[in-house]
Amino acid sequence: MNSFFDLHYAAHILPALLRASLYTVLITMVGFAIALVLGLVLAILRRSHLKPLSRGVGFVVEFIRSTPLLIQVYVLFYVLPVYGITMSALTAGTVGIALHYACYTSEVYRAGLNGVARGQWEAACALSLSPWRTYSGVILPQAIRAVIPALGNYLVAMFKDTPVLSAITVVELMQQAKNIGSETFRYLEPITMAGLFFLLISVTFAQLVRRLEFRLRLP
Amino acid sequence: MRELFPLLLQGTLVTIGIAVCSTLLAIAMAFAATAARLAPWAPLRWIGNVYVEVFRGTSLLVQLFWFFFVLPLPPFHLELAPFTVAIVGLGLHYGAYGSEILRGALRSVPGGQFEAALALNLSPLTRMRRIILPQAMINALPPATNLMIELLKGTSLVSLITLSDLTFRARQLDEATFKTAQIFTLTLVIYFVLAQILVALMRYFERRASHGMSQRTVR
Repeated sequence: MNSFFDLHYAAHILPALLRASLYTVLITMVGFAIALVLGLVLAILRRSHLKPLSRGVGFVVEFIRSTPLLIQVYVLFYVLPVYGITMSALTAGTVGIALHYACYTSEVYRAGLNGVARGQWEAACALSLSPWRTYSGVILPQAIRAVIPALGNYLVAMFKDTPVLSAITVVELMQQAKNIGSETFRYLEPITMAGLFFLLISVTFAQLVRRLEFRLRLP
Repeated sequence: MRELFPLLLQGTLVTIGIAVCSTLLAIAMAFAATAARLAPWAPLRWIGNVYVEVFRGTSLLVQLFWFFFVLPLPPFHLELAPFTVAIVGLGLHYGAYGSEILRGALRSVPGGQFEAALALNLSPLTRMRRIILPQAMINALPPATNLMIELLKGTSLVSLITLSDLTFRARQLDEATFKTAQIFTLTLVIYFVLAQILVALMRYFERRASHGMSQRTVR
């Protein structure tokens, strides 16, 4: 017990931590998929010509971006049941983190959309493309390619924010490490390993995004 | 509603205290890490890089838990007060991000400025303090504002290491009064207002940092 880092014990708890990290990665994947779609919708709504709509969306995005994820998750998990919407901790957590990051990705998309040259919009207009074809065929392919690195940063950031969900009893990597620690009163190994897992997985995510960026770059 | 306010306000003061102290530490760490990473001595550069990568690559909550649960136990026997853990954890985490911002900003200063300062035979310290940093600050402040908002939001996590900040008070009041919706809405609004105050404050500093610069470009 006196050894600095008990490798035997570390090997013993490894399977539980691996399972929990798989869970964490799944939450991240699902949450980020929602955030990617919702963020795009928010970004396009924010460009709407209806002033109240664009202002309203802008305010909501700004509000969510400048308040802590932890409290937003609390709201989803503790306040919504008062109004009759009950979600499991896992659902509330995933939805919460997805909403939070949708606001960040919407800002990223906004920057990408603003970066598309004006002539492209005018050309689409001159060809009398429908709004749908304008976005899907002309604007988005250019806008999204430019912002993939920024989106990738948010994927990693989102992954690193998943431990916040432990506050509403989602058993992800961090919570699992803490549970193991409280069972055996050895916190050094589980929490250090959780930290290492986070480092490894976020580096992997970053690599994947870099590869995607490379694959999608314009010739 | 009226009886909730004083208690939440107490928590707000704790949150502000933690945010201010850890921002100061983060700024110090950002400068120290950047200095280390630009040092001529290789081992110092490695230390700087390892610090930045480790603290950027792992989750803030994992770091806080590591300081809070692991340090008091056998191999370290270092028991820190929750307040210290909060400031050290937040300061080190956001210091690593700040170092990246600072490095980017220093790199954005044109090389000619450096050479001109060298040609005028300014000492390295004067060169940095009077020529390079004032110009780098113009580029560093906008992302630094975003990072400070992140830090402010990050302070909500210290409620999970038993510190009675705004989030902790909100949870406590929620359990005592069951006015869940009002309490959490009020908490969100307080965080939002704090973030807006921070943004206004930083705008002032941004204006001061770029004072005289914009005039020159106009002419």
